[in-house]
Amino acid sequence: MTLPEEAMHALLPMHAVLSPLGCIRQAGPTLHKLSDTPLEGACFLEQFEVYRPRLIRSMAALLEAQGRKLSLRVRGTDMELKGTVVGTGDGGAVVNLSFGIAVVDAVRRYRLTSTDFASTDLSIEMLWLMEAKALAINASRSLNTRLQDAMILAEERAFTDTLTGLKNRRALDGHLDKLIRQRQAFSLMHLDLDLFKQVNDTHGHAAGDHVLRQAARVMLEETRKDDLVARVGGDEFIIVFANLTSPARLAELAVHLIKRIEEPVTYDDAVCRISASIGITICMGEEVTPASVVERADEALYASKRAGRARYSFYAEGDPEVPKAIGEKK
Amino acid sequence: MHGLILRTFQVFVQDTYGPEAWLDISGRANLEIVDFEAMLIYPPETYDAVITASEDVMHKPRDVFLEDVGTYLVSHPNSEGLRRLLRFGGVDYIDFMHSLDDLPDRARLVVADLNLPSLEMHDDGQNQYRLLVGPGLPGFGHVMVGVLRAIADDYGALVLLDSRAETAAEVQVVEISLFETAFAEGREFDLAGRTPLRGGAG
Repeated sequence: MTLPEEAMHALLPMHAVLSPLGCIRQAGPTLHKLSDTPLEGACFLEQFEVYRPRLIRSMAALLEAQGRKLSLRVRGTDMELKGTVVGTGDGGAVVNLSFGIAVVDAVRRYRLTSTDFASTDLSIEMLWLMEAKALAINASRSLNTRLQDAMILAEERAFTDTLTGLKNRRALDGHLDKLIRQRQAFSLMHLDLDLFKQVNDTHGHAAGDHVLRQAARVMLEETRKDDLVARVGGDEFIIVFANLTSPARLAELAVHLIKRIEEPVTYDDAVCRISASIGITICMGEEVTPASVVERADEALYASKRAGRARYSFYAEGDPEVPKAIGEKK
Repeated sequence: MHGLILRTFQVFVQDTYGPEAWLDISGRANLEIVDFEAMLIYPPETYDAVITASEDVMHKPRDVFLEDVGTYLVSHPNSEGLRRLLRFGGVDYIDFMHSLDDLPDRARLVVADLNLPSLEMHDDGQNQYRLLVGPGLPGFGHVMVGVLRAIADDYGALVLLDSRAETAAEVQVVEISLFETAFAEGREFDLAGRTPLRGGAG
């Protein structure tokens, strides 16, 4: 027993009624759109390949698959379908098909419209949901991109000294943490400007700021791109040299820095003269903390200062070495 | 107030009257920011501030402004994505009208925190329909008038619309007289549209 043909078409637009021999007696209007040739009279298994639960080659095998979820393919294409088969008691069967998740693809390929689906079918709802979700996700994604850009900018600002454009203490701490965690060898130079207070007092803060910016520029020019130059106090700077541990090279750098910082800076009509004292410490990847490294460099810096400024010295455990004035050879 | 709603006002003004007009409105409404984010939530009073500022800048009563927003949502190329979502509602205008009851739930399905007023469509027979717009978003009924009018063109239907407020219950009533479902050639609707890159409401 089957329902009248029109009722079947309305309720199951993708059904096929099969004869005991497996020929299609009647096919739903949407199923017709999947084939270039008339389906009526054709052999169902020649039009559709059933590959799950197993490859099915005969009407008998198809009837055995009753109650199973069938996976099919439209022969000659990669269009996948889902289906169910029910025997009609006379050796024939009714197969009902659907597109499953491939519905988006199917709608495009066969130019389907709403009327090709039964109104109880959720396919249209699924298409709607996919479009709506795409819109919502686009909106979310564009927000995320803008937030990401804003975050990068904010981080950049948070790690920058606004006066000189150098890195600040926060950036330095992060950088040291990373080097120490990775057990990298590095050296740290603590640089303090000499006579800076006098510039401020004599020529004013604007001149002082100008001198600071000039000193910052010198430090950036004398260091490599990957070195970190930070302003950590009014006239105090720290430079971190990753993978540079040669005392000779560091001494040479210190001399250069001091000489260039000593070059007179003109501001308005005032000629400002400063110098610098430097303390250096070298870490060969041993266990240290950021604070202890900075402390060592500090110790060396104050040895330089005590010895009469415009000098550099290296930190040495127990027995601090004699600070070198920049004219001396190490 | 959901950013999606405020952003809709923004893109409507920008696309219809240009970026200057929106700068005027955002200034007059005393907004902290110029661009609304569709996926963020703003203080509730922003809604009224934007509408009031738009009335002033555009020299238009708010009812007309809101109705124009509704029209924009369906007919402007920049909101093609939303028009498509609405067209999924049915194969003809009658189907579409009946699909409106589901609209707030559908919206929530995709944007969980977007609360639209409830919509209830009543078929009074003889081609007379009434849409009851619930409270929550003052003036939303006018937006729906714009949507209903523009989507009628989209389907090629001929309708007459009238809206009135039932202030006591804060329910707005939109009366729809449907003269013909296929009066003119509507716009094409292909189920398999390309995924839109930019939604009008987004």
